[in-house]
Amino acid sequence: MIAAFPSAIPLQGLIGGVMIGLSAAILLLGIGRIAGVSGLFARATGASDSGAPRMIALAFTVGLPIGAFVAASVILTPMRMTASWPLIIVGGLLVGFGTRLGSGCTSGHGVCGMSRHSPRSLAATATFMAAGIATVTAMRLIGFGS
Amino acid sequence: MNRQVIIALGCGVLFGMGLTVSGMTDPARVRAFLDVFGSWDPTLAFVMVGAMMPMAVAWRIAKPRRAPLAADEFHLPATHPIDAKLLLGATLFGVGWGLVGLCPGPAIAALALRPGPAVLFVLAMFAGATIHRFLFSRPSAGTAAT
Repeated sequence: MIAAFPSAIPLQGLIGGVMIGLSAAILLLGIGRIAGVSGLFARATGASDSGAPRMIALAFTVGLPIGAFVAASVILTPMRMTASWPLIIVGGLLVGFGTRLGSGCTSGHGVCGMSRHSPRSLAATATFMAAGIATVTAMRLIGFGS
Repeated sequence: MNRQVIIALGCGVLFGMGLTVSGMTDPARVRAFLDVFGSWDPTLAFVMVGAMMPMAVAWRIAKPRRAPLAADEFHLPATHPIDAKLLLGATLFGVGWGLVGLCPGPAIAALALRPGPAVLFVLAMFAGATIHRFLFSRPSAGTAAT
């Protein structure tokens, strides 16, 4: 769709993004909660002692794969996993620990916090983006994983 | 409470649909966004812009209101200063994100798309969050720190 980036799906990205933003907006205006997936997941699974009531966190978390299932039955969505299983485990550990230590992930800091002009969220988003870019670039340089 | 749980479930479903429609449940596409020195895929930027539009409106609506529609009060993160925990956490998260191409939302949504690798990642994420809980939880302040 964009000539320079043949694999990009900007229109789908924008539409899906608006759906994500609407979900977060309804959660905020409806029940006054931040749609931060890492926090809600930790709360739902008992890996965190504070945050949203357990049932609310659980309901949101369970909704994610239901929504993915519904959307995937309508629209073709590949899931190309390049990482081997040891890498998946290391990555999952880092994401689980890091999002707790840093109080949020792409949804909480990236979507909700940045739109609130939170300096903390801005700093966190810039940091995890930079770390992600550095990691992918380093893997490219040593010819690993991609 | 029941109404809040239903709203949270609906928001989770919509969020999971948005992630899938936008291609964010595809780790290769997310890694391609971080691969700025390779074959860059800008789709994730469109997702962020799309998601921040409804949220920017939602914050404006929320600001003058005392309470959300279906709850007694807003539960918003306190505005702490930017500290080392935030930056270290975001860095670790970013490295894990770059290694695999999954952050918490897409990982949980992907449980319905490709259970094998997604289950492994989500379990590792849970383990990472649990390690954080054991290192940093303050039992006495646990219930009060919401």
